[in-house]
Amino acid sequence: MSEKQEPKKKGASEILLEEINGKSSGGSSSRRKLGQTLAIPVLAIFSGLVLGAIIIAVTSEGVYTAWAQSPLAAFGAAWEEVRIAYTALFTGSIGDPARIIAALQSGDSLEIRRAFNPFLESLVASTPYIFGSLAVALGFRAGLFNIGVEGQLFIGAIFAAFVGYSITGLPAIIHIPLAILAGALGGAIWGFIPGWLKVKTGGHEVINTIMLNFIAFRISDWLLSGPMRRPDSFNPVSPTIQESAMLPRFFESPIRFHLGFFLALVAAWLVYWLLFRTKWGFDLRSVGANPNAARYAGMSILGTTVLAMSLSGALAGLAGTNEVLGLNHNLAMAFSSGYGFDSIALALLGKSHPLGVVLAALLFGTLRNGATRMMVVAQVPIDIITVLQALILVFIAAPAIIRTIYRLREPEAEEEGVTIRGWGGD
Amino acid sequence: MASLAAQRESEYLTPTRQRVTGLVFLGLAAAIWLIFSRSTEAGLITTFKLVPGGIESNLPDWQMPTLMTLNLLAIACAFLGGVQMVRGFGRRTNLVLAIVSALFIFGFLVWAAADKSMNLTGLLNTALSMAVPITLGAFSGVLCERAGVVNIAIEGMMLAAAMVGALVGSISGSLWVGLFSAVLTGALLGLVHAILSIKYLTDQIISGTVINIFAGGMTAFISSKFMQINQSLNDPGIFKPIEIPLLSEIPIFGPILFDNNIFVYAMFIFMVVLHIGLFHTRWGLRMRSVGEHPKAADTLGINVFRTRYMAVILGGMMAGFAGAYFTLGSVGRFDEFMTAGRGFIGLAAMIFGNWTPFGSFGAGLLFGFSDSLASKVAILGVQIPSQLLGMAPYVVTMIVLAGVVGRGQMPAADGQPYVKE
Repeated sequence: MSEKQEPKKKGASEILLEEINGKSSGGSSSRRKLGQTLAIPVLAIFSGLVLGAIIIAVTSEGVYTAWAQSPLAAFGAAWEEVRIAYTALFTGSIGDPARIIAALQSGDSLEIRRAFNPFLESLVASTPYIFGSLAVALGFRAGLFNIGVEGQLFIGAIFAAFVGYSITGLPAIIHIPLAILAGALGGAIWGFIPGWLKVKTGGHEVINTIMLNFIAFRISDWLLSGPMRRPDSFNPVSPTIQESAMLPRFFESPIRFHLGFFLALVAAWLVYWLLFRTKWGFDLRSVGANPNAARYAGMSILGTTVLAMSLSGALAGLAGTNEVLGLNHNLAMAFSSGYGFDSIALALLGKSHPLGVVLAALLFGTLRNGATRMMVVAQVPIDIITVLQALILVFIAAPAIIRTIYRLREPEAEEEGVTIRGWGGD
Repeated sequence: MASLAAQRESEYLTPTRQRVTGLVFLGLAAAIWLIFSRSTEAGLITTFKLVPGGIESNLPDWQMPTLMTLNLLAIACAFLGGVQMVRGFGRRTNLVLAIVSALFIFGFLVWAAADKSMNLTGLLNTALSMAVPITLGAFSGVLCERAGVVNIAIEGMMLAAAMVGALVGSISGSLWVGLFSAVLTGALLGLVHAILSIKYLTDQIISGTVINIFAGGMTAFISSKFMQINQSLNDPGIFKPIEIPLLSEIPIFGPILFDNNIFVYAMFIFMVVLHIGLFHTRWGLRMRSVGEHPKAADTLGINVFRTRYMAVILGGMMAGFAGAYFTLGSVGRFDEFMTAGRGFIGLAAMIFGNWTPFGSFGAGLLFGFSDSLASKVAILGVQIPSQLLGMAPYVVTMIVLAGVVGRGQMPAADGQPYVKE
């Protein structure tokens, strides 16, 4: 599978460049252009990490006790504090390099797997982010702000879980695709509603998707407190899904790495293909860029908007499906820890391009996974990752700040930030 | 302005909208008849207690025969629906809609409390306190959006202010210092929102989302790093209710309205001040002109940027005040994500209330009422899951947004950044 994707991905990165620079990239200057393109995100991530370090330092008590001795000691303590925290973040997310090398030399397969587990766990953590931010990115491309990923994710998870536990006696080869399709359908329904309302009534999708989020939470709370609750349990948890609906895992028990990650990559490739290689994708991007021009060109605003919103919802539904079928194997109350809102940040970081989105999702899945270890080792609460995310997003959303700090040149072409039209219907 | 009023008039009078609204009225009448009346046995009595718990009073309970009341309500709704279908209420359509909705809700209460007794005053009291953060959040939205800046960061501003209010209130030992710092936090985040969206021309929804993510992460970080470990940092106490002499003696309404803490009184004061400020002062006219047509306002010598900065910072302060309600006005402690989406509901209340202070309060009260109803109905043992009842405000917001019952008038330049040429 990976050999097949290789040449396509190169195409994707070229298109990423063209998209962002607004021109087709010539062969000779493409390396310089790549540097320009990557400068803002890389510097944004770097600045975010620096600010995160400052937050870790100023909230640590050790630094203040050292300050009583001398400012220099306080600086040393702060450095030490940050070093321990970020080292733990790295070993928790990628793995301990020394241990990996030792494991590889010993040749013990169990030890190798254990050494690589943090890395594989990072991929597991990234998977829902890939689906979720693809959903937001697809919406952005069509000029839609899908803030309802969280709700679509819940509805998708409900559908997938129901198909997963209620149908028995199917072989896995049928049951798994069926449950996945159900999850996508659930999300698609929840995305269809705001899309249809936007076209038909002009009701803004931001408010409607926020409302649908709350409705989805209530539906899932209600289902789990009654109709879908596990019969022998007092906890609001659905029954465990059938074994035939579980996404296969590649290694033995403690390692949870499962098929979902590759499905997410396939979804990313499909979104890329749809957006940049089909007429419908062209229509969608045209409607997103300039709906009036697209209307004059004879494109169907209605069809495109509704379909884009439904597909976006389907992708969000798959994020929930992935968690149910691949990881938790049941549906629990409030199982999603804000994937929906995080996905907005990641779609922006990845410039709404499937390749960029996958990279951004991998970065944040990795950070989030490492943060667990950071919390244990350095007593830095896991929420620092959310703060980092917000800081990075500020720099991405307002690149002028980054340019001022690092004295970068203004871009040649007028850089078009991500814009979504206001509350107005059209 | 005259043409705008005429346009609104004609919008309400379109035959389709008139009939759709009439059908909604008739539908509600049918719902009272089919769902409530049909499932009620004859001879049952509904009792409403009119005195809040814990207060001695000789006010008698309010009793009524359930079935007859329901039938009367259904007939009243059907009559109003018929009039709307045939003649239409014109400009008063929304008022009649409110009346019909109130009749429907009253019908629901009568049905739910059949053969039982329900404390009506208690229900309304809870509704009012639940409406406070939603309404104040909606005021924040009104301030920002009347000047043309969309603020979906109300939630984040409220959350951050709630945390800072609790933390500073605990450290300083003074509720007022806590409240002041909460308002200051709101102002600060408002400034960030203003700088991002006015100076850097960041999309206003993205800028708001950034603030929401930041506030969620930062409050959870500080809470789990300090406030959960050291409980003395999370114990600010709350503002006690102040009983207003004489007024609080009024039967039924006295205990509901005039025995509250400063947040409730402040909400009413802000509502009036904001209404007068927006619609009867030069400041308000300038602000609205910036929100409707910034270019024209600029031509007339109004400083668009300064007006917008002021509006967003004031909106932030309002959201900060709303956030302080959670820790200093109601719970007395900060919990992670304790605002639980009230800021977003405030935003919906603002839209529902047609970008006006009085409308926002009405919508906030409706949302607060449905919240308090959802909790009360669970106690009465009605066969409707409280979660489904809790959905009602969100569904209603979507219906209102879809323009089924008269579309609101949002500021024309809402959400559009202004670039001086």
